[in-house]
Amino acid sequence: MFTFSGQHFFMRVRMTILFLLTIVCHAVIAQTRFFTKSAKVSFYSTTPLAAIEAHNVKAVSVFDHTSGQIEFSVLMKGFEFEKARMQADFNENFVESDKYPKAIFRGNIKNVHDLALNKDGVYRAQVTGVLTIHGVSKTQNAESLFTIKSGVISAASELIITVADYNIKTPALVADKIGKTVKILVNISAYQPLSQNN
Amino acid sequence: MYKFVLTGLLVNFLFTATAQESLLKGVEDSLPVREKVSAAFKSTRVINAHSTEMLGRQNLDFRILHRFGPLNTGVKGWFGLDGAAMRMAFDYGITNNLMVGIGRSTLYKEVDGFVKTRIFQQATGPRSIPFSLLVAGGASVWTAPSSSLPRNPAKLDASQRTSYYIQLIAGRKFSDRISLQLSPIVLHQNWVAFPEEKNTLFAIGGGARYKFSKRMAVTMDYHHAIKGISNANYDPLSIGIDIETGGHVFQLHFSNAQGMNERAYLTQTNSRDMRFGFNLSRVFKLGKKRS
Repeated sequence: MFTFSGQHFFMRVRMTILFLLTIVCHAVIAQTRFFTKSAKVSFYSTTPLAAIEAHNVKAVSVFDHTSGQIEFSVLMKGFEFEKARMQADFNENFVESDKYPKAIFRGNIKNVHDLALNKDGVYRAQVTGVLTIHGVSKTQNAESLFTIKSGVISAASELIITVADYNIKTPALVADKIGKTVKILVNISAYQPLSQNN
Repeated sequence: MYKFVLTGLLVNFLFTATAQESLLKGVEDSLPVREKVSAAFKSTRVINAHSTEMLGRQNLDFRILHRFGPLNTGVKGWFGLDGAAMRMAFDYGITNNLMVGIGRSTLYKEVDGFVKTRIFQQATGPRSIPFSLLVAGGASVWTAPSSSLPRNPAKLDASQRTSYYIQLIAGRKFSDRISLQLSPIVLHQNWVAFPEEKNTLFAIGGGARYKFSKRMAVTMDYHHAIKGISNANYDPLSIGIDIETGGHVFQLHFSNAQGMNERAYLTQTNSRDMRFGFNLSRVFKLGKKRS
C-alpha cells in the first residue's frame, strides 16, 4: 500500500490537501464563535398580589460573530424558585417540563458588525429571533447590550413576553397571582471562544 | 488539480454552512441528565399521614386542620359541623431534606412535634432510583387535666402523658397522575387507656393520589394496626380532594378519624362513622432572597 508509485503518491497528496482544507475551513468559522454554559436567565412576574421570580444559571448560549447568529437553550427544570411548591407547580402545571423540557431562542444580531471584538466598549445590539417555550414558537425582538473588555465578551438583554402567547394557561384560581406578561432577563458574564473540540 | 481544490473548497463550505444551522449542536450536553422526581403529592401530608414530600429550605408551612363530628348526626348536629376538633401547626424546612414541625390539637389539648428527613429521592436518568425513602419521628404530650382524658384515669404524670413514634415512608410517583406510598409505623405510648392495649403498637400505612386535573387530586390514606391495638379501635381511613391554589393547598376529606397526629388517629379512632374535615396549608418563604 505504501509504495511510491506515482499514482498512490498523488492520491496521498490529494487526501492531505482535502484534510487540510477541512481543518482550515472549520477553523476560520470556529474562531468567530463563542459559547457559554453558564448564562443566567431570570424571569419576573409581578401583580399586586404576588411577586414571583425564578433563576436559571445554567443556560447554554452560542454566538457567531461572522453571521450574527445567536442561540440559547435553557432547561425548564433548572429554574429555581423560592418555594419548592411553586417550582413544582411551574414545571408540572404551567410549562409542562416533562413534555417540553427546553426553551430555545434562535436569533440574529442585525448590527453585528458594529461589534468590534478587538476594541473595548459597550455596544447596543438589536436581536430578532424565534423564542420557543412550551412548544410554541414566537418571533421576539430584544434590545441587548454587549460589553467588550480586553477581548472578553459579556452581554445582557431584557425581553417582555405575553404568557398567553405561549399557550400557557393560568387557571382562574391563580389568575390574580400570575402576571399577564413576564419579564425575562438574560445575563452572560463571559463568552468563551468556541474551538473545534468543544 | 485546480478543479479538485475548488471542489474541495466548495464541499467544505457547504458542510460548514449546514453545520451553521444549529449553533448549539455539540455545545449542549447530549447526555441524559439525572432528574429528581418531585411533587408526588401536593402537600407534606397525604391527609393524615406524612407523605413523601418535603418543604423546601427556609419554607414555613402554616397548617390549620379541622375534623368535624360524624355526618350521621343528621340535621340535629348539622351533619357534624356543630362539633369540631382543631389542630394548628407550623412546619419548617431546615434544608431541602430535613424538616421539623410542631402542632397543638384541641383534642385532649395535645401538643406534638416531629422531625422528618429524606434518605433518598426517586430519580430518573443515570443513577436512577425507583422510589423515595423518608423517615419521620415524633412525640406528643397530653396537656389536658387527667380527668378529661380517655377512660378518666387517675392523675397521670408527664411521662405517662407522652408517646413517641417512628415511621418509614417509601413512595413512588408512578406517573404525573398516580403516586403510591407505604408507611410502616411503630408507636409507643407510656400509658394506655384500655387493658388489652399494648404500650407499643405496630401499624402499616398506605397512601395514594390520583391527580385528575392540574390543580386537583383525589387522595386516600389508611392505617392498619397489626399488633397492640384495643378492640374498641378501628382502622383510620380518609378519602379526600387536594386543591392547589398557588400558595395554598386545601385538603377536603371524609375520615373516620378525629385525631390529627399519629398517636391520636392510630389509637383514638373509635368508630367507622365518617366525618368531614379539612387541612389548610399556606407556605411562606423565610430568610433572605438568593439572587
